[in-house]
Amino acid sequence: MSTMNDSLVIARRNLIRMTRIPEMILFGLIQPVMFVILFTYVFGGSMSIGGSTDPDVYKNFLMAGIFAQTVTFATAGAGAGIADDMHKGLIDRFRSLPMARGAVLTGRTLADLVQTALTLLVLAIVALIIGWRPGYAEPTNFGRVMAGFGLLLLLGYAFTWIGALIGLSVRTPEAATSGGLIWLFPVTFISNAFVDSSQMPSWLQPIAEWNPFSATVQACRTLFGDPGVSPSDAWPMQYPVWASLIYSILIVALFRTLSVRKYRRADG
Amino acid sequence: MPGAIYAEGLVKTFGDVRALDGVDLDVPEGTVLGLLGPNGAGKTTTVRVLTTLLQPDSGRAVVAGTDVLKHPEKVRRSIGLSGQFAAVDEYLTGRENLQMVGQLYQMKAKAAKVRADELLERFRLADAADRTAKTYSGGMRRRLDLAAALVVSPPVMFMDEPTTGLDPRNRQALWEVIKELVAGGTTLLLTTQYLEEADHLAHDICVVDQGKVIARGTSDQLKAQTGGERVEVVVHEPEMIAGARAVLGRYGIADRGQDEVSVEDHTRMLTVPVSGGAKLLAEVIRDLDAVGVEIDDIGLRRPTLDDVFISLTGHAAALTEEENGGSRAEDGRGRRQTKEEAK
Repeated sequence: MSTMNDSLVIARRNLIRMTRIPEMILFGLIQPVMFVILFTYVFGGSMSIGGSTDPDVYKNFLMAGIFAQTVTFATAGAGAGIADDMHKGLIDRFRSLPMARGAVLTGRTLADLVQTALTLLVLAIVALIIGWRPGYAEPTNFGRVMAGFGLLLLLGYAFTWIGALIGLSVRTPEAATSGGLIWLFPVTFISNAFVDSSQMPSWLQPIAEWNPFSATVQACRTLFGDPGVSPSDAWPMQYPVWASLIYSILIVALFRTLSVRKYRRADG
Repeated sequence: MPGAIYAEGLVKTFGDVRALDGVDLDVPEGTVLGLLGPNGAGKTTTVRVLTTLLQPDSGRAVVAGTDVLKHPEKVRRSIGLSGQFAAVDEYLTGRENLQMVGQLYQMKAKAAKVRADELLERFRLADAADRTAKTYSGGMRRRLDLAAALVVSPPVMFMDEPTTGLDPRNRQALWEVIKELVAGGTTLLLTTQYLEEADHLAHDICVVDQGKVIARGTSDQLKAQTGGERVEVVVHEPEMIAGARAVLGRYGIADRGQDEVSVEDHTRMLTVPVSGGAKLLAEVIRDLDAVGVEIDDIGLRRPTLDDVFISLTGHAAALTEEENGGSRAEDGRGRRQTKEEAK
């Protein structure tokens, strides 16, 4: 019995399913592209980043935030997919097979990781087209940019495990979709993703700066050479790459453990 | 030496409901046990416990020589499960479904592929192999589900209401597959609401109601508990009822203190308890003919498991439309058979 093999078999199953429901992939792509365009052109003119109100600065500041928000939205898809599986006869088949216990969940999160990577690729191309330039503020190189995307994928992967736990805890896939999304709004908005967090009320600032999500955004801005890197003294802002790695790994460890335990106990 | 499936004192409660209230089972290797009961009797819960899907509150179960509670992962290697809701991925093709299940039974990708092709052929799904299961008819999905349960030819099979919701033709086809399996030495536990199905497929039958096994034995033993055979005659004209009654009265035997010929005027049907089987039926026909009674239908009716169920529990096995349809079909078939015997 091999966890990795079984997980890959299940991941393959979920990827085949995704290709059979292509509209799901399409909607997953349209949404972040829409966000990029809305934020850039609607908010872009009135935002001040590090004292500059140049829309070009905001555009380059914004992208890391949109990328990070996009990867976290995979949470809802993972949750809905797992909730759907748990309420169909198929889960009884899986549970009666001599397969690794966590594979149904791990397979799903791996498939979502592939979808997230695809979405990020499309989004990065759109960002480049409308004027995102890595190295706009500080010099960077290809390796650093790729490392930034690596951290984004890891964050997305970590969040799908939160989605998995939500999917296992609710009664319907619809509940998993909304339950997977609502809490993402405060998490992604009380952060440095869309605004300069130093302009927030003083009680909100530490929350934004210690938010695991902000660490990845800050890490990406640093690696991409984007403008608006927060000068805050908070540890995750000073060492954002390490903070992002540690946060993501902790989330995976915690939520994977809880999810697999819940899956094993589920009586269907 | 316990059988291939053995359970002792299984108890499972869901809130206030005692779904299993001390179920004992023993299925010898290579035989079929029919678990018969209405909805909510505890059939599915029993199967879920035996297939490691559900932990009982108390009790012990051994499947294929392995303790279900102590080594569930080992049990899973020796069992196949086919449920009442076809457990296939509807967005995957038939072939992809079977390959996936094969790989999850730890077969190599290539071996799983070969096995999938074999099963698709055997279950008459080869033509639909590359279509998604979504496009399959109910019967095809059920066959795919059964094929998935047979990927590794497990020595012990569980089928939870395998033919519920299937039309008679598909049900018949599935029965043939099940018989083949059993002929090959598989031990099978089958749950059903269809009394006819248990009668047809199972060596032994356990009747369950409200989480308890209320009777067990072979189909014949259970029927014997309910009483003997009856002759049923439908006469051609209402005026002939009196003549027929006189003839039948001579053949009647005391059955639970009742040897009366019972008459249903509106259907022109007369029923009398008898003993003597088919030979006696031939005599009855000759005698009725001698007194000029024309008959529309005549048959020797043996008690069905439906009768068994009612006499054991005081209520019918199931009240669903399907079940009523099933029973009617059975009566019709039973009558045809007895006519042939009479000739």
